[in-house]
Amino acid sequence: MSELDALYQEVILDHAKRPRNCHTMEGADRRAEGYNPLCGDRFTLYLKLENDRIADISFQGTGCAISTASASILTEMLKGKTLAEADKLFDNFHKLVTGKSADGTEALGKLAVFCGVSEFPVRVKCAILAWHTMRNALADDRGVASTE
Amino acid sequence: MATTREILQAPAREAAAPAFDVRRIREDFPILKQKVHGKPLVYLDNAATSQKPQAVLDAMLRFYTQDCSNVHRGVHLMSERATQKYEDARAKIQRFLNAADPREMIYVRGTTEAINLVAQTYGRSHVQAGDEILITALEHHSNIVPWQMLCEEKGAHLRVAPINDRGELLLEEFEKLLNERTRIVAVAHVSNALGTVNPVRRIVQMAHRLNVPVLVDGAQAAPHLKVDVQALDCDFYAISGHKIFGPTGIGALYGKARLLDAMPPYQGGGDMIASVTFEKTTYNVLPYKFEAGTPNIAAAIGLGAAIDYLNHIGTENIASYEHALLTYATEAIGQIPGVRIIGTAREKAGVVSFVLDGVHAHDVGTILDNDGIAVRTGHHCAQPVMDRFGVPATARASLAFYNTKQEINALAEGLQRVKSIFR
Repeated sequence: MSELDALYQEVILDHAKRPRNCHTMEGADRRAEGYNPLCGDRFTLYLKLENDRIADISFQGTGCAISTASASILTEMLKGKTLAEADKLFDNFHKLVTGKSADGTEALGKLAVFCGVSEFPVRVKCAILAWHTMRNALADDRGVASTE
Repeated sequence: MATTREILQAPAREAAAPAFDVRRIREDFPILKQKVHGKPLVYLDNAATSQKPQAVLDAMLRFYTQDCSNVHRGVHLMSERATQKYEDARAKIQRFLNAADPREMIYVRGTTEAINLVAQTYGRSHVQAGDEILITALEHHSNIVPWQMLCEEKGAHLRVAPINDRGELLLEEFEKLLNERTRIVAVAHVSNALGTVNPVRRIVQMAHRLNVPVLVDGAQAAPHLKVDVQALDCDFYAISGHKIFGPTGIGALYGKARLLDAMPPYQGGGDMIASVTFEKTTYNVLPYKFEAGTPNIAAAIGLGAAIDYLNHIGTENIASYEHALLTYATEAIGQIPGVRIIGTAREKAGVVSFVLDGVHAHDVGTILDNDGIAVRTGHHCAQPVMDRFGVPATARASLAFYNTKQEINALAEGLQRVKSIFR
């Protein structure tokens, strides 16, 4: 698989074209904005929490294929997860896209499709944007998450 | 001044010019020989920065290996040589822009610093609460933010003349925005994001009717068009060395001597003074009044060498070759299904900005890069322009005279590859 094929895997292209959970949310408990000034990616992330569990999650905005797919897959992965599980996934994902070894691909699940990102240093920010935004939302930090 | 189109319509001059041999010209640019991701480099990001011919690199190396001294200070021979070369370069820039006098050429770091210099000196001493500064909707951030900062400080207002869907300035709207409160007009000669050539001569005529001085951001014009500041009759003209095949960190501000003389200095320090006591400092004469501290001597000399190189090829040869290449690129890129060209002004120079249906510009950039093709993707430091056209970002291919039709073909093929990945 070429570097480019590894970056633009079918699953990523599919989520970029048909993002899941891509809508605003009425009555969200948490909301945070993410912005990547390099390419103008801009997302709002919405969360509903039940105790320490993510009951519902969605996002809205525009961005490149990598950032859109990352946001879409994030919402799929995190629905129903506890906050501790979300933190663990964030760490694994961060390691994956920055080229450090994650704790085995089974710990990543679907996120493993982002394995090609680490070969494209300028695209790491695109992949990680939604995850930083999720962290800000959980920290109830209403500022704009930025990749800068 | 002559536009590219006018130059193209001057067959006698073109026929007299030596044949334009792009293959030989490419030999002068060592960087162009390299491969990127295993593919021959196709460098189409010239509006961001241009590549440097060997002559420029040689001139800078010669300064550091033979003449390295400070300027305007020593009585020793090396300092004399350094000063001579540094001032020769100033005279070359003066002739390049057809300014009347080398005293009117101020060395700066680049266009951004030139605009800030005018905003902080002329601007601060002439703009008051309630006054207005008039710019256009196609400006680079560097011709927006210094004026916003000045307006904020003074309680003045920034007015913005609109553009049409082609990306052309609406001159009649511009004229309506000019009034007795307008203190400065600041416009790009050529838009970096769209390639539009602004009708600067007419803008200056309109502004001068109300005695309003005009600053022209020439960063994107100087690489493509013959600039004549006296024919334009503009009051200030700013250029960057690195966009005209010279080094980074050097540029020039042209200002009419009458205005520069009356302006307060920009920065204080050595070289900008005539005499200093703790009670009173008298400032140096033009242009040194605006040049505090040891300047970027090697870069100034490098810029002088770049101008020699451009003169050797001929500004008019460059303009006509690039015009043909731009027409070719516009057709080659524009005919690809799904491509929309952003910026279709009738007078354009050097730039094809575009979006591809369903694919973000950043993805376009990554896939092209994988083919060795360097384009700029993003908002091009012109976010208001992106907002005007309702796009978050564009991909921009920007040309220089060393680019070829084969490279444009490579870009078109690269875009087909983008489409096949995002099919």
